[in-house]
Amino acid sequence: MNSSAPFTPVIAGSAAADSVPATPKNVAHRGGPASPAADALRQRFGAAVQRVDVVWGETTIVVDSARIAEIVSWLRDDPAQRYDFLADITAVEFRDAEQPIEVVWHVRSLAFRRFLRLKVLLGQGQPLQVPSVWGIHKSADWLERECYDMFGITFTGHPDLRRILMWEQYREGYPLRKDFPLRGRFSRSEQLRQALSANPEARYSMDELSIAQAFEDLPNDMRRRLSEGEKTGEKTGE
Amino acid sequence: MPTTKRTVDVQLSTSGMDAQGRPQRVPLVTDESGNVMTLDTPPGIEPELSGDHMLINIGPQHPATHGVLRLVLELDGETVVRCIPHVGYLHCGFEKIGEYRQYNQIIPWTDREDYLNSPGNNVAFALGAERLFGIEITERCTVLRVMTCELSRIMSHLVWLGTTCIDLGAFTPFLWAFYQREAIYKLLEDWVGARLTTTITRVGGMAADVPDGWVDQLRHFVATFPKTLSEIDRVVTRNGIWVGRTIGLGVMSPDEAVNYGLSGPMLRASGVAYDVRKDFPYLDYETYDFDVPIGTNGDVYDRYLVRMEEMRQSIRILEQAIARLPDGPVNSDDHRVVLPPKSKATSDMESMIHHFKQVMEGPRPPIGECYVAVESPKGEKGYYMVSDGTSKPVRWRIRPPSFVNLSAIPKMVEGHLLSDVIAINASIDIVMGEIDR
Repeated sequence: MNSSAPFTPVIAGSAAADSVPATPKNVAHRGGPASPAADALRQRFGAAVQRVDVVWGETTIVVDSARIAEIVSWLRDDPAQRYDFLADITAVEFRDAEQPIEVVWHVRSLAFRRFLRLKVLLGQGQPLQVPSVWGIHKSADWLERECYDMFGITFTGHPDLRRILMWEQYREGYPLRKDFPLRGRFSRSEQLRQALSANPEARYSMDELSIAQAFEDLPNDMRRRLSEGEKTGEKTGE
Repeated sequence: MPTTKRTVDVQLSTSGMDAQGRPQRVPLVTDESGNVMTLDTPPGIEPELSGDHMLINIGPQHPATHGVLRLVLELDGETVVRCIPHVGYLHCGFEKIGEYRQYNQIIPWTDREDYLNSPGNNVAFALGAERLFGIEITERCTVLRVMTCELSRIMSHLVWLGTTCIDLGAFTPFLWAFYQREAIYKLLEDWVGARLTTTITRVGGMAADVPDGWVDQLRHFVATFPKTLSEIDRVVTRNGIWVGRTIGLGVMSPDEAVNYGLSGPMLRASGVAYDVRKDFPYLDYETYDFDVPIGTNGDVYDRYLVRMEEMRQSIRILEQAIARLPDGPVNSDDHRVVLPPKSKATSDMESMIHHFKQVMEGPRPPIGECYVAVESPKGEKGYYMVSDGTSKPVRWRIRPPSFVNLSAIPKMVEGHLLSDVIAINASIDIVMGEIDR
């Protein structure tokens, strides 16, 4: 972690914030003042800021996919922004296949009590790939893994991008994509058959098996298969 | 390999206090002149035992992992060198199911993710959906929802307290905590008929108004609960075993805590006063008088103190909410989402159309998106909803606080003893239903 300034605790209710927070009421559907970060980002990054929307009082900034990590990093380190809390990373795919898949970052500035939504649009034909912000916010670790798991979006630069909620050998695809049926790709009986015929050892990933002395304790055939380059205990290429 | 930080033994007394009056770990092993010796160099014992690392698998079926969490630990002796958590055993695809349900139909699903905080989740989801529809809720509904949220916070913290005490060898506080939890369940049962899966809100209002005499029962609970809290406080807070097993474990500095995205009591124990209720208020929380407790050391003990104090603050909020509960309607009169009275549906054309539209098509929010976060007992719980103008959301995203909090567990347990992993894991207050969704 290489944060530029040490974090100074914010006392809730203090004058540190730029405005006294209150429950938002009668928020307009569209329009209203955009977050000051929008102008600052336009000045700093120019054309990389593609669009600024204000929906239900929340500012959404659509940025260039190649520069997202740079922007998140700048937002964290700039003393006038200090968006130091990465709340969430997720993606949205619309029912209309023409619409691009959106990758969404929700960041908060704890010091200034601001909220910002950053978006990257991945249009048709574009690879589902965005730079990882793992090096900037450690909270991105599992959030990016989940996003990869559910949508198949690759976060380049993430050191350990593997499935998290589904098991590592899951081959039916990416569950939250719109082309994925609600009940899964296979019938219940087929899913049951696969589960019963699976090798229980296959639930252990290479990552675990390679550490410590565990490798030595494995059955011989499994050791041989792993040393032949099988990623996990389950046979690949089915 | 990281150097091993062996924890020193503690005297089983709380005679030692530091400058702030906090109990202190008192080292047992001292040399002749009274200097502290760590167990790295105990007299007459080989300081580093040679040997291979051992791989230990905890869970997914293990009572101390609070659900189906699996931890793979690489141990050097008894010290954790590496920890790989595995989650997903309880994955049910809530977010996917949400895309096939109308907004009011999603509320029962929110019960089932963080099942210790069901009423709080219901409120959070309703707030999100109301933002998406552009509805303002009534005064009475706002206050009732504040009561719901705070009752649910106490309920969740009591489970945390009881189970953590059991993990660390104390049985009595568990019984006291669960006795009071039953009292809250009784309140909820009287209100909506359900205990665990309450589905207490609707978009634009509540499932029902509170029954007659309910507020008096709540007043009785608010009056009696602090006694239990102080009893638990007296038994646990200065208890030598408790102190010895919690202080100095799983320390997160403020900087790290923010960087790892911790929220809720986990973050505040590290000294960062971020509470969604204060910083991004909802339900008029800015008009209530309450304090946000923060810790100083960011260890398991501070997380315990923060949660205990939060329960007292919740009682304060409940007292104020009882005092200000106004009369009036509970549900909004916006008939895009709230059904008009059934009696009018057969006599008034307008009401009949509303009934027909809502039942046959479902309420349709305008195209848009919103992220609404509330302070759940575990941390910042956010619901991100995207609407394309149809009656079902395009995307319903749950921002699970314990998922992000749990992702910091390798950082917290490395260098500690195996038995401390249980304490640290308990201090995160995970609910696997929410992590796996």
